[in-house]
Amino acid sequence: MLVALPDAEDLVARLAAAVRPHLAANTAIVGIHTGGVWVAEKLRDALGADYPLGVLDISFYRDDFSRIGLHPQVKPSRIPFAVEDRPLLLVDDVLYTGRTVRAAMNELFDYGRPSRIQLAVLIDRGGHELPIRPDFVGATLAIPPDQNIELQRIEDRLSLALK
Amino acid sequence: MPDPQLSSQGKLHHLLTLDGLPAATLRQILDTAESFMDVGERDVKKVPLLRGKSIFNLFFEPSTRTRTTFEIAAKRLSADVVNLNIATSSQTKGETILDTVANLTAMHADMFIVRHAQSGAAHFIARHVAPHISVINAGDGRHAHPTQGLLDMFTIRRYKGEFGHLRVAIVGDVLHSRVARSQISALTTLGVPEVRVVAPKTLLPPGVERLGVRIFHDMREGIRDCDVIIMLRLQNERMKGARLPSAQEYFKQYGLTTAKLAFAKPDAIVMHPGPMNRGVEIDSEVADGPQSVILPQVTYGIAVRMAVMAMLAGGGND
Repeated sequence: MLVALPDAEDLVARLAAAVRPHLAANTAIVGIHTGGVWVAEKLRDALGADYPLGVLDISFYRDDFSRIGLHPQVKPSRIPFAVEDRPLLLVDDVLYTGRTVRAAMNELFDYGRPSRIQLAVLIDRGGHELPIRPDFVGATLAIPPDQNIELQRIEDRLSLALK
Repeated sequence: MPDPQLSSQGKLHHLLTLDGLPAATLRQILDTAESFMDVGERDVKKVPLLRGKSIFNLFFEPSTRTRTTFEIAAKRLSADVVNLNIATSSQTKGETILDTVANLTAMHADMFIVRHAQSGAAHFIARHVAPHISVINAGDGRHAHPTQGLLDMFTIRRYKGEFGHLRVAIVGDVLHSRVARSQISALTTLGVPEVRVVAPKTLLPPGVERLGVRIFHDMREGIRDCDVIIMLRLQNERMKGARLPSAQEYFKQYGLTTAKLAFAKPDAIVMHPGPMNRGVEIDSEVADGPQSVILPQVTYGIAVRMAVMAMLAGGGND
């Protein structure tokens, strides 16, 4: 409770402003289930252009499957565009260890060879365990390892909460 | 007695029968299979989930489709698959099932997929394997064929949406059919209000009415107003003695033709677990017709088997 949490909608606006100059005409946006999809949808609305939107559930690519098994609610991945040679903007709500992003990149390559992947996250909370850093970030916060920061969506409004 | 299919933490560890599995578990398998559907349409038709796991197809009874779809499913999960047709190997040299299993365990197997002509064979193996090994029943005698039952439910859900308003007819050789038993069990658990079996008396097991089905001996009455018609294979190879006058006579009474199909709902789907006897239980015109979903069933079987293997392998008895 020591950290004052920023407003998630403000962070989306900030993220959109940071991303905008770097998008190509054929860029596609890919959100990671579940929070990353919410952010990706908002981001696309804020950017105002019709970028194709894909959705990834990385359950089949997790590196802790043999320890904890399959997530009970796996959702389908939907990539409704050709990944081959296309620049992708990968979107997640919180960057923590980096393992989710690694799994997401592995999955994306099974759809084709993108020309580039850039990473946009709403919050970079530190605690990285892999050499993965965001290209665009809404806010960088130091969250202690015993706490979790969670994105929530209530009636289409995004907000952040500490658990 | 605890369900031998569940681990001490209550997770699915073996899949031996659909009897007794709660609706939530069946739905979770179907939902997971839905997520695997798109893997078959990608550039790389593989996910790394079971990388490094060894899966043994133990087929004590011949089968092409079931074995092949299990093999494809395992390979799409990145597992290593070994196919053993034991009907033609060491069993004929006198090795017992448990010795076979012990030898494969010594080769660091992680999962056995078992097809056997004896009812209860998969249960027997599941009782005796090391705790980290999962067993999937790929058909045991007349008892059960749970993954076929699941892929049939997956097919019905894809074409008909939910189960709560459906009328389903299972037509043909129920007596010898492990598929029918698994289907009736799953349909009932998932809340199908009316399950019918349509067959001559000689092809119905005694006490079938206790499974909660309506019994019909007349084909037209039996499929009237049904949403789903599941045709069963006439099990020539299992038929002992004269239960039927002839294949021609059977086709006349119970073979699904376009004329008979007209008694079902106009949007009814026609299913068959394969392999089909054309001109015996089903007419080619129906089998290849617009209401047939027999080939989609095969495709869905891969996604469903991927889901089952992924859930069992992650079931955590380690």
